[in-house]
Amino acid sequence: MRCDSCGKSDAVIQLTQVENNEMRVLHLCASCAADRGVETETQQVNEPLADFLAQIGKGAGEGPAKGRCPACGLTASQLRQTGRLGCGVCYTHYDDHLRSLLRRLHGGSKHVGKMILPADPEDSDRTARILSLRRSLQKAVDAEDFEHAASLRDELRRLNTPDQ
Amino acid sequence: MREATSLSNSGLEWLAADGPSSDVVLSTRVRLARNLESHRFALRSDEAEREAIFASAREAAERTRSLREGTVLAMRRLAEPTRRILLERHLVSKELVGDGEREPPAFSGLFLAGDDSLGIMVNEEDHLRLQSLVSGFRLREAWRRVDGLDEELGMHLRYAFHPEFGYLTSCPTNVGTGLRASVLVHLPALVLTQEIGKVLQGITQVGLTFRGLYGEGSEVVGNFFQISNQTTLGKTEEDLIDHLQKIVQQVVTYEQQARNVLLRDARTVIEDKVWRAYGLLRYARSISFEEVMNLLSGVRLGLGLKLLPRVRVYTLNQIMIFTQSAHLEKLAGASLSAGDADSYRASYIRRLLATEEAPDHEGNSQ
Ligand SMILES: [Zn+2]
Ligand SMILES: [Zn+2]
Repeated sequence: MRCDSCGKSDAVIQLTQVENNEMRVLHLCASCAADRGVETETQQVNEPLADFLAQIGKGAGEGPAKGRCPACGLTASQLRQTGRLGCGVCYTHYDDHLRSLLRRLHGGSKHVGKMILPADPEDSDRTARILSLRRSLQKAVDAEDFEHAASLRDELRRLNTPDQ
Repeated sequence: MREATSLSNSGLEWLAADGPSSDVVLSTRVRLARNLESHRFALRSDEAEREAIFASAREAAERTRSLREGTVLAMRRLAEPTRRILLERHLVSKELVGDGEREPPAFSGLFLAGDDSLGIMVNEEDHLRLQSLVSGFRLREAWRRVDGLDEELGMHLRYAFHPEFGYLTSCPTNVGTGLRASVLVHLPALVLTQEIGKVLQGITQVGLTFRGLYGEGSEVVGNFFQISNQTTLGKTEEDLIDHLQKIVQQVVTYEQQARNVLLRDARTVIEDKVWRAYGLLRYARSISFEEVMNLLSGVRLGLGLKLLPRVRVYTLNQIMIFTQSAHLEKLAGASLSAGDADSYRASYIRRLLATEEAPDHEGNSQ
Protein backbone atom coordinates (compact mmCIF):
# COMPACT_ATOMS: atom_id res chain seq x y z
CA MET A 1 0.00 0.00 0.00
CA ARG A 2 1.21 3.49 -0.88
CA CYS A 3 1.62 6.25 1.69
CA ASP A 4 -1.54 8.39 1.91
CA SER A 5 0.49 11.53 2.36
CA CYS A 6 3.27 11.50 -0.24
CA GLY A 7 1.88 8.74 -2.44
CA LYS A 8 5.41 7.60 -3.22
CA SER A 9 6.81 5.33 -0.55
CA ASP A 10 5.24 2.20 0.87
CA ALA A 11 3.07 2.72 3.93
CA VAL A 12 4.53 1.10 7.03
CA ILE A 13 2.23 2.38 9.73
CA GLN A 14 -1.41 3.06 10.34
CA LEU A 15 -2.27 6.27 12.16
CA THR A 16 -5.71 7.04 13.54
CA GLN A 17 -6.55 10.69 13.95
CA VAL A 18 -9.65 12.58 14.83
CA GLU A 19 -10.07 15.69 12.78
CA ASN A 20 -13.26 17.72 12.62
CA ASN A 21 -14.88 14.93 14.60
CA GLU A 22 -14.24 12.42 11.91
CA MET A 23 -11.98 9.55 12.49
CA ARG A 24 -9.45 9.25 9.73
CA VAL A 25 -7.15 6.33 9.26
CA LEU A 26 -3.95 7.27 7.49
CA HIS A 27 -1.46 4.83 6.06
CA LEU A 28 1.92 6.47 6.15
CA CYS A 29 5.50 5.82 5.17
CA ALA A 30 8.20 6.17 7.82
CA SER A 31 9.18 9.70 6.85
CA CYS A 32 5.63 11.08 6.62
CA ALA A 33 4.85 9.36 9.93
CA ALA A 34 7.87 11.10 11.44
CA ASP A 35 6.51 14.47 10.21
CA ARG A 36 3.41 13.76 12.26
CA GLY A 37 5.45 12.86 15.27
CA VAL A 38 5.06 9.13 15.01
CA GLU A 39 8.15 7.06 15.10
CA THR A 40 8.11 3.77 13.26
CA GLU A 41 10.09 0.69 14.21
CA THR A 42 13.37 1.91 12.75
CA GLN A 43 14.95 4.20 15.28
CA GLN A 44 18.05 6.25 14.70
CA VAL A 45 19.78 4.33 17.45
CA ASN A 46 19.82 1.23 15.32
CA GLU A 47 22.17 2.78 12.82
CA PRO A 48 25.36 2.82 14.87
CA LEU A 49 24.33 -0.52 16.28
CA ALA A 50 24.00 -2.00 12.80
CA ASP A 51 27.37 -0.51 11.78
CA PHE A 52 28.95 -1.96 14.84
CA LEU A 53 27.44 -5.35 14.31
CA ALA A 54 28.64 -5.40 10.73
CA GLN A 55 32.19 -4.62 11.90
CA ILE A 56 32.45 -7.36 14.48
CA GLY A 57 34.48 -10.27 13.26
CA LYS A 58 35.89 -8.25 10.40
CA GLY A 59 38.68 -6.78 12.51
CA ALA A 60 42.28 -7.47 11.48
CA GLY A 61 43.66 -10.77 12.73
CA GLU A 62 40.41 -11.83 14.32
CA GLY A 63 40.17 -15.56 13.97
CA PRO A 64 37.17 -17.62 14.99
CA ALA A 65 38.77 -18.47 18.34
CA LYS A 66 39.01 -14.81 19.34
CA GLY A 67 35.43 -14.24 18.23
CA ARG A 68 34.04 -16.40 21.02
CA CYS A 69 33.37 -15.10 24.53
CA PRO A 70 35.35 -17.32 26.94
CA ALA A 71 32.57 -17.25 29.52
CA CYS A 72 29.32 -17.71 27.61
CA GLY A 73 30.60 -18.82 24.22
CA LEU A 74 28.85 -16.06 22.29
CA THR A 75 30.35 -15.83 18.82
CA ALA A 76 30.82 -12.72 16.76
CA SER A 77 28.19 -13.86 14.31
CA GLN A 78 25.65 -14.49 17.10
CA LEU A 79 26.34 -11.02 18.42
CA ARG A 80 25.87 -9.66 14.94
CA GLN A 81 22.55 -11.42 14.54
CA THR A 82 21.00 -10.43 17.85
CA GLY A 83 22.67 -7.15 18.75
CA ARG A 84 22.77 -8.46 22.32
CA LEU A 85 25.70 -9.37 24.55
CA GLY A 86 25.68 -12.83 26.11
CA CYS A 87 27.11 -12.10 29.55
CA GLY A 88 29.16 -9.60 31.53
CA VAL A 89 32.44 -11.04 30.25
CA CYS A 90 31.37 -10.25 26.67
CA TYR A 91 31.87 -6.59 27.54
CA THR A 92 35.53 -7.22 28.32
CA HIS A 93 36.00 -9.59 25.42
CA TYR A 94 34.56 -7.20 22.83
CA ASP A 95 35.65 -4.04 24.63
CA ASP A 96 37.57 -2.40 21.76
CA HIS A 97 34.62 -2.65 19.44
CA LEU A 98 32.20 -1.71 22.18
CA ARG A 99 34.10 1.37 23.26
CA SER A 100 33.70 3.04 19.89
CA LEU A 101 30.11 1.88 19.57
CA LEU A 102 29.24 3.19 23.02
CA ARG A 103 30.78 6.54 22.21
CA ARG A 104 28.58 6.82 19.17
CA LEU A 105 25.46 5.58 20.94
CA HIS A 106 25.85 7.55 24.14
CA GLY A 107 28.40 10.25 23.40
CA GLY A 108 30.75 8.71 25.95
CA SER A 109 31.98 5.33 27.15
CA LYS A 110 32.84 6.10 30.77
CA HIS A 111 30.22 5.38 33.39
CA VAL A 112 29.95 8.18 35.96
CA GLY A 113 26.71 7.21 37.68
CA LYS A 114 26.02 4.99 40.67
CA MET A 115 28.70 2.54 41.75
CA ILE A 116 28.01 -0.92 43.10
CA LEU A 117 28.22 -1.70 46.77
CA PRO A 118 30.13 -4.75 47.92
CA ALA A 119 27.76 -7.69 48.24
CA ASP A 120 29.64 -9.17 51.16
CA PRO A 121 27.50 -8.46 54.24
CA GLU A 122 30.55 -9.16 56.48
CA ASP A 123 32.22 -6.09 55.08
CA SER A 124 30.09 -3.63 56.99
CA ASP A 125 32.85 -1.09 57.63
CA ARG A 126 33.53 -0.74 53.98
CA THR A 127 29.82 -0.62 53.18
CA ALA A 128 29.29 2.18 55.66
CA ARG A 129 32.31 4.02 54.32
CA ILE A 130 31.03 3.74 50.76
CA LEU A 131 27.54 4.86 51.75
CA SER A 132 28.86 7.94 53.44
CA LEU A 133 31.22 8.71 50.57
CA ARG A 134 28.33 8.47 48.17
CA ARG A 135 26.23 10.83 50.22
CA SER A 136 29.09 13.32 50.30
CA LEU A 137 29.59 12.89 46.59
CA GLN A 138 25.94 13.65 45.95
CA LYS A 139 26.15 16.77 48.07
CA ALA A 140 29.31 17.88 46.28
CA VAL A 141 27.64 17.40 42.92
CA ASP A 142 24.52 19.23 44.06
CA ALA A 143 26.70 22.10 45.23
CA GLU A 144 28.59 21.98 41.92
CA ASP A 145 31.83 21.47 43.78
CA PHE A 146 33.28 19.33 41.03
CA GLU A 147 36.83 19.22 42.30
CA HIS A 148 35.74 17.75 45.59
CA ALA A 149 33.34 15.45 43.76
CA ALA A 150 36.13 14.14 41.56
CA SER A 151 38.32 13.22 44.53
CA LEU A 152 35.39 11.52 46.27
CA ARG A 153 34.67 9.62 43.10
CA ASP A 154 38.29 8.44 42.91
CA GLU A 155 38.16 7.22 46.46
CA LEU A 156 34.90 5.40 45.80
CA ARG A 157 36.41 3.76 42.77
CA ARG A 158 39.35 2.54 44.87
CA LEU A 159 37.00 1.10 47.47
CA ASN A 160 34.93 -0.62 44.82
CA THR A 161 37.90 -2.41 43.29
CA PRO A 162 37.96 -5.92 44.72
CA ASP A 163 40.85 -7.27 46.86
CA GLN A 164 42.19 -4.06 48.24
CA MET B 1 6.09 -11.66 49.44
CA ARG B 2 2.91 -13.45 48.60
CA GLU B 3 2.45 -15.41 45.41
CA ALA B 4 -0.62 -14.46 43.40
CA THR B 5 -2.27 -15.65 40.22
CA SER B 6 -4.71 -12.80 39.87
CA LEU B 7 -4.61 -9.12 40.68
CA SER B 8 -7.07 -6.62 41.98
CA ASN B 9 -6.29 -3.03 41.24
CA SER B 10 -2.55 -3.28 41.62
CA GLY B 11 -0.44 -0.80 39.81
CA LEU B 12 -3.20 1.65 39.03
CA GLU B 13 -2.17 4.39 41.43
CA TRP B 14 -1.01 6.50 38.51
CA LEU B 15 -4.62 6.81 37.32
CA ALA B 16 -5.15 9.24 40.18
CA ALA B 17 -3.91 11.99 37.87
CA ASP B 18 -2.90 14.07 40.86
CA GLY B 19 0.65 14.82 39.86
CA PRO B 20 2.01 18.18 38.68
CA SER B 21 1.09 19.25 35.12
CA SER B 22 -1.49 16.47 35.01
CA ASP B 23 -3.45 18.36 32.36
CA VAL B 24 -0.61 17.54 29.94
CA VAL B 25 1.43 14.79 31.60
CA LEU B 26 -0.32 11.48 32.26
CA SER B 27 2.39 9.52 33.97
CA THR B 28 6.08 9.23 34.68
CA ARG B 29 8.08 6.03 34.60
CA VAL B 30 11.66 5.33 35.61
CA ARG B 31 13.30 1.96 35.13
CA LEU B 32 16.73 0.57 35.91
CA ALA B 33 18.19 -2.43 34.08
CA ARG B 34 20.30 -4.72 36.26
CA ASN B 35 21.95 -8.09 35.70
CA LEU B 36 23.46 -10.52 38.15
CA GLU B 37 27.15 -11.21 38.02
CA SER B 38 28.15 -14.77 37.14
CA HIS B 39 24.96 -15.46 35.22
CA ARG B 40 24.58 -15.24 31.47
CA PHE B 41 22.14 -12.65 30.11
CA ALA B 42 18.64 -13.69 29.13
CA LEU B 43 19.26 -14.74 25.54
CA ARG B 44 22.10 -17.08 26.51
CA SER B 45 20.71 -18.53 29.74
CA ASP B 46 19.05 -21.93 30.07
CA GLU B 47 16.08 -22.80 32.28
CA ALA B 48 18.16 -23.88 35.28
CA GLU B 49 20.03 -20.60 35.21
CA ARG B 50 16.83 -18.59 34.86
CA GLU B 51 15.35 -20.47 37.81
CA ALA B 52 18.41 -19.59 39.91
CA ILE B 53 18.14 -15.93 38.88
CA PHE B 54 14.46 -15.86 39.80
CA ALA B 55 15.22 -17.42 43.20
CA SER B 56 18.05 -14.97 44.01
CA ALA B 57 15.95 -12.01 42.91
CA ARG B 58 13.06 -13.16 45.05
CA GLU B 59 15.24 -13.74 48.08
CA ALA B 60 16.74 -10.26 47.75
CA ALA B 61 13.34 -8.66 47.17
CA GLU B 62 12.01 -10.31 50.35
CA ARG B 63 14.60 -8.33 52.25
CA THR B 64 13.58 -4.92 50.92
CA ARG B 65 11.18 -2.66 52.75
CA SER B 66 9.08 -1.86 49.68
CA LEU B 67 8.63 -5.39 48.33
CA ARG B 68 8.57 -7.47 51.51
CA GLU B 69 4.77 -7.12 51.70
CA GLY B 70 4.35 -7.25 47.95
CA THR B 71 3.21 -9.76 45.37
CA VAL B 72 5.01 -12.28 43.19
CA LEU B 73 3.45 -12.98 39.81
CA ALA B 74 5.09 -15.87 37.96
CA MET B 75 4.19 -15.33 34.33
CA ARG B 76 3.80 -18.95 33.33
CA ARG B 77 1.42 -19.58 36.22
CA LEU B 78 -0.88 -16.78 35.15
CA ALA B 79 -3.87 -17.32 32.90
CA GLU B 80 -3.56 -15.60 29.55
CA PRO B 81 -6.22 -12.91 30.30
CA THR B 82 -4.40 -11.97 33.51
CA ARG B 83 -1.17 -11.52 31.60
CA ARG B 84 -2.96 -9.30 29.09
CA ILE B 85 -4.31 -7.20 31.94
CA LEU B 86 -0.78 -6.66 33.25
CA LEU B 87 0.25 -5.56 29.78
CA GLU B 88 -2.71 -3.20 29.43
CA ARG B 89 -1.73 -1.59 32.73
CA HIS B 90 1.78 -1.03 31.38
CA LEU B 91 3.22 -3.05 34.27
CA VAL B 92 5.01 -5.55 32.07
CA SER B 93 6.45 -5.61 28.58
CA LYS B 94 5.21 -7.67 25.65
CA GLU B 95 8.40 -9.72 25.94
CA LEU B 96 7.60 -10.68 29.51
CA VAL B 97 4.04 -11.87 28.93
CA GLY B 98 4.75 -13.58 25.63
CA ASP B 99 3.02 -12.39 22.52
CA GLY B 100 0.03 -14.09 20.99
CA GLU B 101 0.68 -17.81 20.80
CA ARG B 102 4.12 -17.68 22.39
CA GLU B 103 4.46 -18.65 26.04
CA PRO B 104 6.13 -16.20 28.46
CA PRO B 105 9.88 -16.82 28.89
CA ALA B 106 10.75 -19.46 31.51
CA PHE B 107 10.84 -18.12 35.09
CA SER B 108 9.83 -14.65 34.04
CA GLY B 109 7.89 -12.75 36.63
CA LEU B 110 6.79 -9.50 38.17
CA PHE B 111 7.37 -8.47 41.78
CA LEU B 112 4.97 -5.73 42.74
CA ALA B 113 5.00 -3.58 45.86
CA GLY B 114 1.75 -3.61 47.79
CA ASP B 115 1.16 0.07 48.36
CA ASP B 116 2.63 1.87 45.39
CA SER B 117 3.56 1.40 41.76
CA LEU B 118 7.02 0.04 42.29
CA GLY B 119 8.05 -3.28 40.84
CA ILE B 120 10.64 -5.54 39.29
CA MET B 121 10.36 -7.47 36.06
CA VAL B 122 12.45 -10.62 36.38
CA ASN B 123 14.07 -12.50 33.51
CA GLU B 124 13.03 -10.08 30.86
CA GLU B 125 15.76 -8.96 28.46
CA ASP B 126 17.79 -8.15 31.56
CA HIS B 127 17.68 -10.22 34.73
CA LEU B 128 16.05 -7.37 36.62
CA ARG B 129 14.17 -4.34 35.45
CA LEU B 130 13.27 -2.15 38.42
CA GLN B 131 10.50 0.28 37.64
CA SER B 132 8.42 2.98 39.20
CA LEU B 133 5.28 4.34 37.60
CA VAL B 134 3.59 7.42 39.07
CA SER B 135 0.89 9.80 37.91
CA GLY B 136 1.67 13.25 36.59
CA PHE B 137 5.07 14.81 36.03
CA ARG B 138 7.15 13.47 38.92
CA LEU B 139 10.49 12.35 37.55
CA ARG B 140 12.50 12.96 40.71
CA GLU B 141 10.03 11.11 42.87
CA ALA B 142 9.91 8.11 40.50
CA TRP B 143 13.71 8.14 40.41
CA ARG B 144 14.01 8.29 44.20
CA ARG B 145 11.77 5.25 44.58
CA VAL B 146 13.64 3.14 42.07
CA ASP B 147 16.99 4.31 43.39
CA GLY B 148 16.00 3.32 46.93
CA LEU B 149 14.93 -0.13 45.81
CA ASP B 150 18.16 -0.50 43.84
CA GLU B 151 20.21 0.44 46.90
CA GLU B 152 18.47 -2.18 49.00
CA LEU B 153 18.71 -4.92 46.38
CA GLY B 154 22.36 -4.05 45.83
CA MET B 155 23.11 -5.00 49.42
CA HIS B 156 22.03 -8.58 48.72
CA LEU B 157 22.79 -9.14 45.05
CA ARG B 158 26.04 -8.95 43.15
CA TYR B 159 25.30 -6.95 40.02
CA ALA B 160 27.23 -7.29 36.77
CA PHE B 161 29.30 -4.11 36.83
CA HIS B 162 32.30 -2.94 34.81
CA PRO B 163 34.53 -0.12 36.12
CA GLU B 164 34.47 1.66 32.76
CA PHE B 165 31.08 0.71 31.29
CA GLY B 166 29.05 0.68 34.51
CA TYR B 167 26.04 -1.60 34.95
CA LEU B 168 26.16 -4.21 32.20
CA THR B 169 23.05 -4.91 30.17
CA SER B 170 22.07 -7.33 27.48
CA CYS B 171 21.73 -4.52 24.94
CA PRO B 172 24.54 -1.94 24.63
CA THR B 173 21.93 0.85 24.33
CA ASN B 174 21.12 0.42 28.05
CA VAL B 175 24.58 0.02 29.53
CA GLY B 176 26.06 2.40 32.14
CA THR B 177 23.30 3.67 34.35
CA GLY B 178 20.74 1.23 32.91
CA LEU B 179 18.32 4.11 33.37
CA ARG B 180 15.36 4.79 31.14
CA ALA B 181 13.08 7.58 32.29
CA SER B 182 9.91 8.28 30.31
CA VAL B 183 7.15 10.80 30.52
CA LEU B 184 3.82 10.17 28.83
CA VAL B 185 2.43 13.44 27.49
CA HIS B 186 -0.78 14.43 25.74
CA LEU B 187 -0.12 17.05 23.08
CA PRO B 188 -3.36 17.66 21.15
CA ALA B 189 -2.84 21.39 20.68
CA LEU B 190 0.63 20.96 19.22
CA VAL B 191 -0.83 18.38 16.83
CA LEU B 192 -3.76 20.65 15.88
CA THR B 193 -1.53 23.66 15.32
CA GLN B 194 0.89 21.42 13.38
CA GLU B 195 3.80 22.42 15.57
CA ILE B 196 4.36 18.87 16.76
CA GLY B 197 6.88 17.87 14.08
CA LYS B 198 9.16 20.74 15.02
CA VAL B 199 8.88 20.07 18.74
CA LEU B 200 9.58 16.36 18.40
CA GLN B 201 12.46 16.96 16.04
CA GLY B 202 13.92 19.29 18.65
CA ILE B 203 13.63 16.54 21.22
CA THR B 204 15.74 14.14 19.18
CA GLN B 205 18.44 16.78 18.83
CA VAL B 206 19.02 17.00 22.57
CA GLY B 207 19.65 13.33 23.28
CA LEU B 208 16.04 12.35 23.92
CA THR B 209 13.75 10.07 21.99
CA PHE B 210 9.99 9.77 21.61
CA ARG B 211 7.40 7.41 20.30
CA GLY B 212 3.67 7.50 19.76
CA LEU B 213 1.61 5.62 22.30
CA TYR B 214 0.55 2.38 20.76
CA GLY B 215 -2.97 1.15 21.05
CA GLU B 216 -3.88 -2.45 20.53
CA GLY B 217 -2.07 -4.07 17.65
CA SER B 218 0.33 -1.87 15.74
CA GLU B 219 -1.96 1.13 15.57
CA VAL B 220 -0.77 4.46 16.79
CA VAL B 221 -3.25 6.48 18.77
CA GLY B 222 -3.00 10.17 18.03
CA ASN B 223 -1.79 12.85 20.40
CA PHE B 224 -0.10 10.71 23.06
CA PHE B 225 3.67 10.66 23.09
CA GLN B 226 6.23 9.07 25.33
CA ILE B 227 9.43 11.08 25.74
CA SER B 228 12.52 9.29 27.13
CA ASN B 229 16.23 9.68 27.52
CA GLN B 230 18.08 8.11 24.61
CA THR B 231 21.51 7.69 26.20
CA THR B 232 22.34 5.87 29.42
CA LEU B 233 26.14 6.15 29.67
CA GLY B 234 28.53 9.02 30.39
CA LYS B 235 26.14 11.03 32.56
CA THR B 236 24.98 10.56 36.12
CA GLU B 237 21.44 9.37 36.78
CA GLU B 238 20.60 12.76 38.25
CA ASP B 239 21.87 14.55 35.15
CA LEU B 240 19.81 12.31 32.87
CA ILE B 241 16.71 12.91 34.99
CA ASP B 242 17.27 16.67 35.21
CA HIS B 243 17.81 16.98 31.49
CA LEU B 244 14.59 15.11 30.70
CA GLN B 245 12.79 17.16 33.34
CA LYS B 246 13.93 20.40 31.75
CA ILE B 247 13.03 19.44 28.19
CA VAL B 248 9.63 17.95 29.05
CA GLN B 249 8.86 21.06 31.07
CA GLN B 250 9.53 23.04 27.91
CA VAL B 251 7.28 20.77 25.85
CA VAL B 252 4.52 21.21 28.44
CA THR B 253 4.92 24.97 28.13
CA TYR B 254 4.71 24.79 24.31
CA GLU B 255 1.59 22.69 24.56
CA GLN B 256 0.00 25.16 26.97
CA GLN B 257 0.88 28.04 24.67
CA ALA B 258 -0.64 26.19 21.72
CA ARG B 259 -3.79 25.59 23.78
CA ASN B 260 -4.04 29.30 24.51
CA VAL B 261 -3.64 30.07 20.81
CA LEU B 262 -6.44 27.64 19.94
CA LEU B 263 -8.69 29.14 22.58
CA ARG B 264 -7.98 32.67 21.37
CA ASP B 265 -8.20 32.07 17.61
CA ALA B 266 -10.60 29.17 17.27
CA ARG B 267 -12.65 29.00 20.43
CA THR B 268 -15.90 27.94 18.79
CA VAL B 269 -14.23 25.25 16.73
CA ILE B 270 -12.44 23.84 19.78
CA GLU B 271 -15.50 24.04 21.99
CA ASP B 272 -17.53 22.23 19.37
CA LYS B 273 -14.87 19.58 18.93
CA VAL B 274 -14.58 18.96 22.67
CA TRP B 275 -18.32 18.72 23.26
CA ARG B 276 -18.83 16.46 20.26
CA ALA B 277 -16.14 14.15 21.56
CA TYR B 278 -17.87 14.16 24.94
CA GLY B 279 -21.26 13.62 23.35
CA LEU B 280 -20.07 10.58 21.43
CA LEU B 281 -18.47 9.03 24.50
CA ARG B 282 -21.50 9.82 26.61
CA TYR B 283 -24.15 8.40 24.27
CA ALA B 284 -22.58 6.01 21.75
CA ARG B 285 -23.98 2.48 21.70
CA SER B 286 -20.99 0.78 20.11
CA ILE B 287 -17.43 2.02 20.06
CA SER B 288 -13.95 0.67 19.31
CA PHE B 289 -11.00 1.20 21.65
CA GLU B 290 -9.17 3.29 19.04
CA GLU B 291 -12.14 5.63 18.71
CA VAL B 292 -12.36 5.89 22.50
CA MET B 293 -8.70 6.90 22.68
CA ASN B 294 -9.18 9.61 20.10
CA LEU B 295 -12.35 10.94 21.70
CA LEU B 296 -10.66 10.88 25.11
CA SER B 297 -8.01 13.10 23.63
CA GLY B 298 -10.67 15.67 22.73
CA VAL B 299 -12.34 15.46 26.14
CA ARG B 300 -8.99 15.66 27.93
CA LEU B 301 -8.21 18.80 25.97
CA GLY B 302 -11.60 20.18 27.00
CA LEU B 303 -10.78 19.55 30.65
CA GLY B 304 -7.41 21.25 30.32
CA LEU B 305 -9.08 24.29 28.77
CA LYS B 306 -11.85 24.21 31.41
CA LEU B 307 -14.48 23.86 28.72
CA LEU B 308 -15.98 20.74 30.28
CA PRO B 309 -16.89 21.34 33.90
CA ARG B 310 -18.04 17.94 35.11
CA VAL B 311 -15.57 15.28 34.14
CA ARG B 312 -12.45 14.43 36.09
CA VAL B 313 -9.12 13.41 34.60
CA TYR B 314 -9.27 10.36 36.84
CA THR B 315 -12.38 9.16 35.04
CA LEU B 316 -10.73 9.62 31.66
CA ASN B 317 -7.71 7.61 32.79
CA GLN B 318 -10.03 4.96 34.14
CA ILE B 319 -11.81 4.73 30.78
CA MET B 320 -8.48 4.53 28.99
CA ILE B 321 -7.37 1.48 30.98
CA PHE B 322 -10.62 -0.34 31.62
CA THR B 323 -11.98 -0.28 28.08
CA GLN B 324 -9.04 -2.23 26.67
CA SER B 325 -10.09 -5.72 25.67
CA ALA B 326 -8.67 -7.81 28.54
CA HIS B 327 -10.01 -5.40 31.17
CA LEU B 328 -13.38 -5.31 29.45
CA GLU B 329 -13.59 -9.10 29.42
CA LYS B 330 -12.75 -9.16 33.10
CA LEU B 331 -15.55 -6.70 33.84
CA ALA B 332 -17.95 -8.69 31.67
CA GLY B 333 -16.79 -11.95 33.23
CA ALA B 334 -16.65 -13.57 29.80
CA SER B 335 -14.71 -13.40 26.58
CA LEU B 336 -16.31 -11.02 24.12
CA SER B 337 -16.53 -11.02 20.34
CA ALA B 338 -15.36 -7.81 18.68
CA GLY B 339 -18.93 -6.60 18.21
CA ASP B 340 -19.96 -7.45 21.77
CA ALA B 341 -16.84 -5.76 23.10
CA ASP B 342 -17.71 -2.54 21.27
CA SER B 343 -21.20 -2.38 22.76
CA TYR B 344 -20.05 -3.46 26.22
CA ARG B 345 -17.37 -0.76 26.06
CA ALA B 346 -19.91 1.89 25.10
CA SER B 347 -22.25 0.97 27.93
CA TYR B 348 -19.40 0.95 30.47
CA ILE B 349 -18.40 4.47 29.41
CA ARG B 350 -22.00 5.69 29.49
CA ARG B 351 -22.39 4.42 33.05
CA LEU B 352 -19.17 6.07 34.23
CA LEU B 353 -19.96 9.42 32.65
CA ALA B 354 -23.55 9.33 33.91
CA THR B 355 -22.25 8.91 37.48
CA GLU B 356 -19.97 11.84 36.87
CA GLU B 357 -22.91 14.01 35.77
CA ALA B 358 -25.03 13.15 38.79
CA PRO B 359 -25.48 16.31 40.92
CA ASP B 360 -24.83 14.51 44.24
CA HIS B 361 -21.54 13.15 43.01
CA GLU B 362 -19.03 13.13 45.86
CA GLY B 363 -15.89 13.02 43.81
CA ASN B 364 -14.54 9.88 45.38
CA SER B 365 -12.36 7.81 43.15
CA GLN B 366 -14.25 4.56 42.86
ZN1 LIG C 1 4.98 9.28 2.68
ZN1 LIG D 1 29.87 -13.69 27.18
